[in-house]
Amino acid sequence: MSILTYNGSAMVAMKGDECVSIATDKRFGIQAHTVSMDFPKVFEMGPHLYLGLPGLATDIATVYEKLRFRKNLFELRENRQMSPQIFGAMVSNMLYEKRFGPFFVEPMIAGLHPQTFKPYICNMDLIGCRNEPVDFVTGGSASAQLFGMCESLWEPNMGPDDLFETTSQALVNAFDRDAISGWGATVYIIEKDKVTTRELKTRMD
Amino acid sequence: MAMVLAPEIPESGFSFENCKRNADLTKKGFAVPKATKTGTTIVGIIYKDGVILGADTRATEDTTVADKNCMKIHYLAANMYCCGAGTAADTEKTNAMIASQLELHRLNTNRVVPVVTANQMLRQYLFRYQGYIGAALILGGVDNTGPHIYSIFPHGSTDKLPYATMGSGSLAAMAVFESRWKPNLTEEEGKQVVRDAIAAGIFNDLGSGSNVDLCVIRKGSVDYLRTYDEANKKGVRQASYRYPKGTTAVLSTKVKNVVVEEVSVRHIEEMDTSS
Repeated sequence: MSILTYNGSAMVAMKGDECVSIATDKRFGIQAHTVSMDFPKVFEMGPHLYLGLPGLATDIATVYEKLRFRKNLFELRENRQMSPQIFGAMVSNMLYEKRFGPFFVEPMIAGLHPQTFKPYICNMDLIGCRNEPVDFVTGGSASAQLFGMCESLWEPNMGPDDLFETTSQALVNAFDRDAISGWGATVYIIEKDKVTTRELKTRMD
Repeated sequence: MAMVLAPEIPESGFSFENCKRNADLTKKGFAVPKATKTGTTIVGIIYKDGVILGADTRATEDTTVADKNCMKIHYLAANMYCCGAGTAADTEKTNAMIASQLELHRLNTNRVVPVVTANQMLRQYLFRYQGYIGAALILGGVDNTGPHIYSIFPHGSTDKLPYATMGSGSLAAMAVFESRWKPNLTEEEGKQVVRDAIAAGIFNDLGSGSNVDLCVIRKGSVDYLRTYDEANKKGVRQASYRYPKGTTAVLSTKVKNVVVEEVSVRHIEEMDTSS
């Protein structure tokens, strides 16, 4: 078993028309033993910038704190907001620094550009190789199932409501086929004027 | 002393702080996960007026296709590009690092940087890491001494060749070159041979797939042909599987308004770095 599937997680981000979504499950377990059903894995890094960290729970905490520090310092020094692209470059470089002793997280970023509000999603492997597709990114122990769901459900130019249904159904149906993720889900829909956070009702087994 | 406003400058280079922990985890039976590989077909040839580089666009994580349309032809300098195969993060970061060194070199010397310089920088960098940086590269460019193709191996050895292939699809691609490459190909003939070599990799090697990217470098001009050929068209979905609104059971909804007070766009003229 890989250490990336030690705690279990399922995470997906999708691009829509002038909006992006990021969704995660809420389980924190130690292999098959569920410890918590309210474990945060997606973090708000700015008004339009969200960071998802599927992987090993101890590294989720470490990497999040490191990135929060670096991002805040950047914004204080430069007196401007970080765009998701720049944030992605920062995450990627931080992970590659640990090329020979990596953190066990495969981060994903969803957000809108602070000036142009252009949608942006990306994910990367545990040593920071970035992938910036036009449709969706997946991560965590249910990533294979999520690939299948997203590949058949995703359509271009979805509005925020359709994007929510598509993202939620992709996530919920994917982690129902994964024993070590699930137990509740949170979906963030990021638009120019608002961010909607919805807690989903899911199977709890 | 380190402070928030004056933090200590971190040491440059790789950090090994997690290595001990990760080795202990491996000993306990938790294997280190596999990184994204390019699992690639990359090629380069010399033709009449310069060089043509080619690459497929699939990236794999174990047997999963992680990226269906990734860029494997990286920018090094205005007259040089470099295809990467192997560990995807290594090829990307190695090329980015060498590209910045080459630009500084160009500004210091005020000359078009020769392709041998890039070759030497890359091979010395890779040799220093004894093959642990898993980057197999094909470097192509045109300088004052003419067109050059180098293939660079992860351990730091290099070959200077008129036509070269690398990656898991290298044998399929080389078969095309061995039968069809000849000196002084025209640009159209050259592009066709390179396309066919990449297509041979895409269709015969499982690690390679999706589209064909080309990059034609002549003296003084470059054509980066992203998605030159879409070798595998995705089928059209027959029906929409869109869920009706209200399908998902929601426990709670929280809306956070983002008030945009002011948007100002400042257009900046590109800095002149030509001389």
